[in-house]
Amino acid sequence: MVGWGILKSLSVTLGRFVMTYVDDLKWFFKGGFGKRYSPAALAVRQSPKGRGIFTVQYPKERLPLPENYRTFPFQVLDPQTGKTRCTACGTCARVCPPQCIWIVRATNPKTGRPAREPAEFHVDVSICMSCGLCAEFCPADALKMDHAYEITADQRDGAFLWGLERLAKPLAYHAEIHPTDYAAEQAARERKGARKKK
Amino acid sequence: MPEQVQPSQQTAGALSTLEARFPGAVQPAEYEGLVIAPDRLVEVATCLRDELGYTYLSCVTGVDYPAPTARFPARLEAVYHLFRATGGPLTLHVHAERDGLGVPSLAGVWPAANVHERETWDMLGIRFEGHPDLRRILLWEGFAGHPLRKDWHEPYYEADHKPFASRYPKGHPLRAEERTPLSCNLQYPPDWSPEGWESEAEVPVYARMDEYAAGDWRSMRTTDQIVINLGPQHPSTHGILRLVARLDGETIQQLEPVLGYLHRCHEKIGERNTWLGNVPYTDRLDYVCSMSNNFGYATAVEKLLGVEVPERAEYIRVIMAELTRVMNHLVAIGFFTNDIGVYLTAMLYALQERELIVDLFEMASGSRMMCNYFRFGGVARDLPEGFLPLAKELVYERIPRRVDELERFLVDNEVFRARTIGVGVLPPAKAIAYGCTGPLLRASGVPYDVRRVEPYSIYDTFDWDVVVRYNGDVYDRFMVRFEEMRQSLRVLRQALERLPDGPILAGKKQADVKVPAGEVYGRVESPKGELGFYLVSNGGTNPYRYRIRTPSFANLGVLGELCRGHLVADVVAILASIDVTLGEVDR
Repeated sequence: MVGWGILKSLSVTLGRFVMTYVDDLKWFFKGGFGKRYSPAALAVRQSPKGRGIFTVQYPKERLPLPENYRTFPFQVLDPQTGKTRCTACGTCARVCPPQCIWIVRATNPKTGRPAREPAEFHVDVSICMSCGLCAEFCPADALKMDHAYEITADQRDGAFLWGLERLAKPLAYHAEIHPTDYAAEQAARERKGARKKK
Repeated sequence: MPEQVQPSQQTAGALSTLEARFPGAVQPAEYEGLVIAPDRLVEVATCLRDELGYTYLSCVTGVDYPAPTARFPARLEAVYHLFRATGGPLTLHVHAERDGLGVPSLAGVWPAANVHERETWDMLGIRFEGHPDLRRILLWEGFAGHPLRKDWHEPYYEADHKPFASRYPKGHPLRAEERTPLSCNLQYPPDWSPEGWESEAEVPVYARMDEYAAGDWRSMRTTDQIVINLGPQHPSTHGILRLVARLDGETIQQLEPVLGYLHRCHEKIGERNTWLGNVPYTDRLDYVCSMSNNFGYATAVEKLLGVEVPERAEYIRVIMAELTRVMNHLVAIGFFTNDIGVYLTAMLYALQERELIVDLFEMASGSRMMCNYFRFGGVARDLPEGFLPLAKELVYERIPRRVDELERFLVDNEVFRARTIGVGVLPPAKAIAYGCTGPLLRASGVPYDVRRVEPYSIYDTFDWDVVVRYNGDVYDRFMVRFEEMRQSLRVLRQALERLPDGPILAGKKQADVKVPAGEVYGRVESPKGELGFYLVSNGGTNPYRYRIRTPSFANLGVLGELCRGHLVADVVAILASIDVTLGEVDR
């Protein structure tokens, strides 16, 4: 029968339409108005269990970011020395596919030999492709991928060339956004420390 | 130069047959395949196609050797990859002089060669004699030189290979624009000036369209014919694609895609990059299915490296690749319905499920679309906690239902059927001749799937069917996609069930991968078709030649044929049913 297929299609959209109200009512009975837009509800709405409207009301609501999420690299500051963990080995600059990491290795003023720290460290984030290879291959656990994604600037010149002052972030921040990674890293460091003591 | 690699059995068989038929015209190549004398090429190719069963030309490309190698002098080399219905590849090399004589075109033997030869001419300047329409395809005619020649340098040229010495240990940042101001980095061909230039690229395009003017059309028709452009900015071209069409009334008489608006010289960048550095770049080819692109590149490089991938990593790879297939087909169906006028309804239904799949990718790899997840010999990191329960819920519960729902929504709908059934019919013989792959080929009744004919990874351990339908129209292409999603879910269920424990990477994580000298053509079945990577290594840390045979580019070659005789509105439906991503068409 001509028209049967169209009715079938419409039944699908109707089902979806009704479902949004059913979902709204479900959250209403759970906790009144506004319950649907709470963080607890967001986690359900945006999961395979989500049934109603799928929209996230950004910027009022934000999706929780998974630990592996990556935008641009940042430098981890060692809480004891207050300096970055970076040893200026140059691995990140070598693996960087678009070559957006620029490192000036410091020299020891007494001996004049290369020191194990950077004098300058720049990431040109206008070129960075957020691949995360630098953080993946950093042997000193100094580079990590950030979770900050609201980083617009109103000009191009210089605003996207980030030096150490912009890149350096405390260890606590790293521990907060990468809990699993941080725990594994600390365990490895302790093992290494114990081996050294022996 | 390294010692010569033994030619595979198949190549040896073809070599002995061809040597008997064409004495003196065939010899083994440096690494793999055969070197054919240019003057006998067409005969050899015809013999291979008609008598030895190499009906499918996958890829034509070229390599520039500015210096003599162990056995051959300095040359340009045209490279052809041929396949049989089962088995292959047979690689043909044809030598051309760097400045001068070209090689005969094979467009008459395999129509598939048409677009590939145009690209090879564009990129390497190998002249294909007898090609019906040898124009640049990805670049414009104000472009100086042929960029993939080794002596061609890009405007911000720094060194032949990354990493650049300027970055470390004295890496004082300098933006490329400051080093080479924009006014100084333009190169034009000799005796060519932008002053007073009129787009001559348009002239041959329109000239081809004007062939009706020569004929006695006035006596035959009472209406005039017009040439119109669809795109480059058009919502239903899925990117920046331009279609030039000659119309009689509203009927397409002739249609030709004009490409290159999104060209980024991916292959040149790839030759500058380190082997590992290319992995994130492959994400940007077909940005809808970056995991499949990673898979293709990793497979090809691993063939050269000879690494064994640990079992867990293989399972993770298959899970990611099949999730990508489900996702791509959802996007393809969703955008198709958008294009033919269902507007956002079905598309958003599809995108909702895609959203949940990219959430999984984000959990595992850190990025929703630019995953950069595969490494040579494994994957970048293990699956995080919470991945498997979520993936299982999606694969077992949610997606099968939503696929059924989407099918219920579309396939019986009279409007949908009227727009798709009998539109853009591609007969199987033509599909093979034009080198079509993927759902496009399988909807024409050819059950050809790389996962089955040349199983890579662990696809031979799963139980699944190659989907095939026989009408070859737009409707069948969509039904193939629906069914393929179900088959992918079937593979996914087995993979998730059997996922073993163990290491996820063979050996240690390595930043500077050195790849033994050789050449390889690695291919995988990406959701859009056969994705091939042709890599040549000279034993260094960078690819010597890095060529990508993308399914969208090859499938687009048949668009003009499919559209002939249909209405303008059908062009949109046919284009969407081929399912192209311009990121991988233009590279």
